[in-house]
Amino acid sequence: MNKLDAVQMRLMREIADLHDVPEGAYNLRANGESVGRNTTASIDIISKTDVSGIDIKIKDNTVKESVHIPVVLSESGLKETVYNDFYVGENCDVLIVAGCGIDNCGKQDSQHDGVHRFFIGKNSKVRYVEKHYGSGDGDGKRILNPVTEAYLEEGSTMEMEMVQIKGVDSTRRTTVAELRKDAKLIVRERLMTHGVQNAESIYKVTLAEDGSSADVVSRSVARDNSFQKLDLCVIGDAECSGHTECDSIIMDNGRILAVPSLEANSVDAQLVHEAAIGKIAGEQLIKLMTLGLTEQEAEEQIINGFLK
Amino acid sequence: MLELKNVSFGAESDGKHKEIIDGVDLSIPDNRFIVITGPNGGGKSTLAKLIAGIENPTEGRIIFDGEDITEKSITERAKMGIGFAFQQPVRFKGITVLDLLRMAEGRNLSVSEACSYLSEVGLCAKDYIGREVNSSLSGGELKRIEIATILARNVKLALFDEPEAGIDLWSFKNLIRIFEKMRNSDSARTVIVISHQERILSIADEIIVLADGKLVKRGTKDEILPEIIGSGYAMSVCPRMEGGDANE
Repeated sequence: MNKLDAVQMRLMREIADLHDVPEGAYNLRANGESVGRNTTASIDIISKTDVSGIDIKIKDNTVKESVHIPVVLSESGLKETVYNDFYVGENCDVLIVAGCGIDNCGKQDSQHDGVHRFFIGKNSKVRYVEKHYGSGDGDGKRILNPVTEAYLEEGSTMEMEMVQIKGVDSTRRTTVAELRKDAKLIVRERLMTHGVQNAESIYKVTLAEDGSSADVVSRSVARDNSFQKLDLCVIGDAECSGHTECDSIIMDNGRILAVPSLEANSVDAQLVHEAAIGKIAGEQLIKLMTLGLTEQEAEEQIINGFLK
Repeated sequence: MLELKNVSFGAESDGKHKEIIDGVDLSIPDNRFIVITGPNGGGKSTLAKLIAGIENPTEGRIIFDGEDITEKSITERAKMGIGFAFQQPVRFKGITVLDLLRMAEGRNLSVSEACSYLSEVGLCAKDYIGREVNSSLSGGELKRIEIATILARNVKLALFDEPEAGIDLWSFKNLIRIFEKMRNSDSARTVIVISHQERILSIADEIIVLADGKLVKRGTKDEILPEIIGSGYAMSVCPRMEGGDANE
């Protein structure tokens, strides 16, 4: 962490709650270079040779360990695509924290496109936290186009927490998952756009085998003149259960396009989707104002709660 | 001390102008327990909303503790010590009971302090403190949390809009206990409850009857209650629901 400057440290705190070198395995990347790496007896991190990125290999039966792979960009005009592959063995229980923070004070666009692939072995449990954050007052845009692919083997579970609350000008998030027998995917996405930001979030979850299940919930707030497209699709190819939900608050001149979709290719597939878009209810504001909050404070509390 | 001076509130309905509140003069001293009753559509809820600043009068002045609050916002009135419990408590996704109590109290209320307010309204604090104030809560639970937010605020004037609406009998009995406790507390708090319930009317210091937007009767419960009992303005709880004891 001593190689990081103050701006980069701040970004690290925002995206990974990192105040110091994390415990366990990690790979810290700043302005396109690795600035720190640690491996453990169970978790190895190897740089790719053909493209930019790393392979993270987690041995069978690795439990209560974590991997942090945050990325920060503080140089204006930097554009990179990084490929990170996670190979999680069988019977593991691990926490993976990723995320990207961009500070752009310059005129040129800064862009980080992270492609993360997860190969999760039988009966393993993975909790994946990904936070995206942007700051800086330059004219250059802060662009993030993450791609997440997850392949869940029999009996495995993955919980994804995807958060993008502030400062990213343009994003196209694509998440693809394929689940084998009795595998389970839980996604909790929280998204807020403001200014003239543009965000697309696309999920395609295939429940390929019996007993698989997915619960994909996206909560979002579109403020100012921002635009969001939420495209949540669950495909059921077997005896499975899937649920998707997009719940959005729209404010100012924000626009939201919610496209939930379900595809059942088996008579035993049980799929449900819910979608709701609406402004903050006037009565919610009034209630909090009768507790002594100003209208603006009330609005902040309602949004904070909604995105919590 | 709350004073309403010739307060009117009109609204357009089906192209016609209707006075929902029509020239009401009212003065309520401190430390009183007042129940406002009257027919549906008589203007009771509107009157409470005018006092809290949720609606603004088309005519007249509202004075609270000597200060003219007619032009003041909901927030300003809340900060002066006016509390309002909604007839239909509002639900919030993601906001917990503790969050709401903290907002009500206006500082970083400790968990044990928050729990004491929940206990006062008959909720087991550990079951509720972390719950979201969303549709997973029943009407009665929400109502009691709503009342807890008023208790946490330690207001000078508490307004309750039909607190008994939409709750089950068990919750209703609890509610009566809470109001009795408020009624008998030493604080200088004035409580104004809008209600048709005889049980609530019977603990009032004073009863006010509002009909067609006008104040038609005002007096002690001994004066007013016998006149209105059995009418739609003073309803008893169904005896069967009370456990078969009609005299309760």
